Amino acid sequence: MILQTIAFYLFAVVAIASAVMVVTARNPVHSVLFLVLTFFNASGLFVLTGAEFLAMILVIVYVGAVAVLFLFIVMMLDINFVELREGFQRYLPIGGLISAILLAEIIFVGGLWALVAEVKGALSEKMPEESKLTNTEMLGQLLYTKYVYLFQLAGLVLFVAMIGAIVLTLRQRTGVRKQRVSEQVYRRRADSVEIKKVQPGEGV
Amino acid sequence: MSEIGLAHYLTVAAILFTIGIFGIFLNRKNVIIILMSIELILLAVNINLIAFSWALEDLVGQIFAMFVLTVAAAEAAIGLAILVIYFRNRGSIAVEDVNVMKG
Repeated sequence: MILQTIAFYLFAVVAIASAVMVVTARNPVHSVLFLVLTFFNASGLFVLTGAEFLAMILVIVYVGAVAVLFLFIVMMLDINFVELREGFQRYLPIGGLISAILLAEIIFVGGLWALVAEVKGALSEKMPEESKLTNTEMLGQLLYTKYVYLFQLAGLVLFVAMIGAIVLTLRQRTGVRKQRVSEQVYRRRADSVEIKKVQPGEGV
Repeated sequence: MSEIGLAHYLTVAAILFTIGIFGIFLNRKNVIIILMSIELILLAVNINLIAFSWALEDLVGQIFAMFVLTVAAAEAAIGLAILVIYFRNRGSIAVEDVNVMKG
């Protein structure tokens, strides 16, 4: 139990510190790398609560895909980041004030909040008691039966996002010489070779 | 040291959420950092859902967290695609320059 406590504080502190670095780092590449660190530590927190499947999904999807996408964009676009950072000092007090107020409000709400005793009876999907199922099996048994339509809908959302991203970034460039294989294949000798009679001493 | 309970996880999530809001205010000109702050906010939401799922022993929280993750990934892809074409057209990603659609 003491090990869990130490692990929780380690993951939480590193996650929060790296989240702060994400928003304050001078270089956006460092920001993305700190975002990766935040996601790793959040997935550690997920493991501590027993949500192993989601922890692995977080590592695979976020660290493996989304963060790499961010890194790719940051490195691909030729942006003057120094220019974008002006006004940083100016927005610091108002941003700090608003987020401090927000945090205080959330903590007030959380402090006044308590679970009523009947809530355990009103749960929709209780975890199976002392079962030998792993977290992944439990999630799968629920996801592919009761929530199968939502699952399909999530797939549709990803599909639409994929099509949208492709359509948005696709561009037809004019004036670019490209290799057209079909034209090369269909080219015949009659189209391109011509026999000319050359008289001696005259040239072509 | 007391045992780690629901309140600990909720506190971490609340702090992460606030850092996300703070990041949006701080980097008003840089759209990439704003998108990263939105990812932080969604991560805080996910931590909340999973903490409640663990405390109440209810699996629906984890399923919902999975859908939030899906939508966040889709949002990142679309947002970055918009960013790329915006940069291609204008040569900058400053938020103040986004006024072409203003009526």
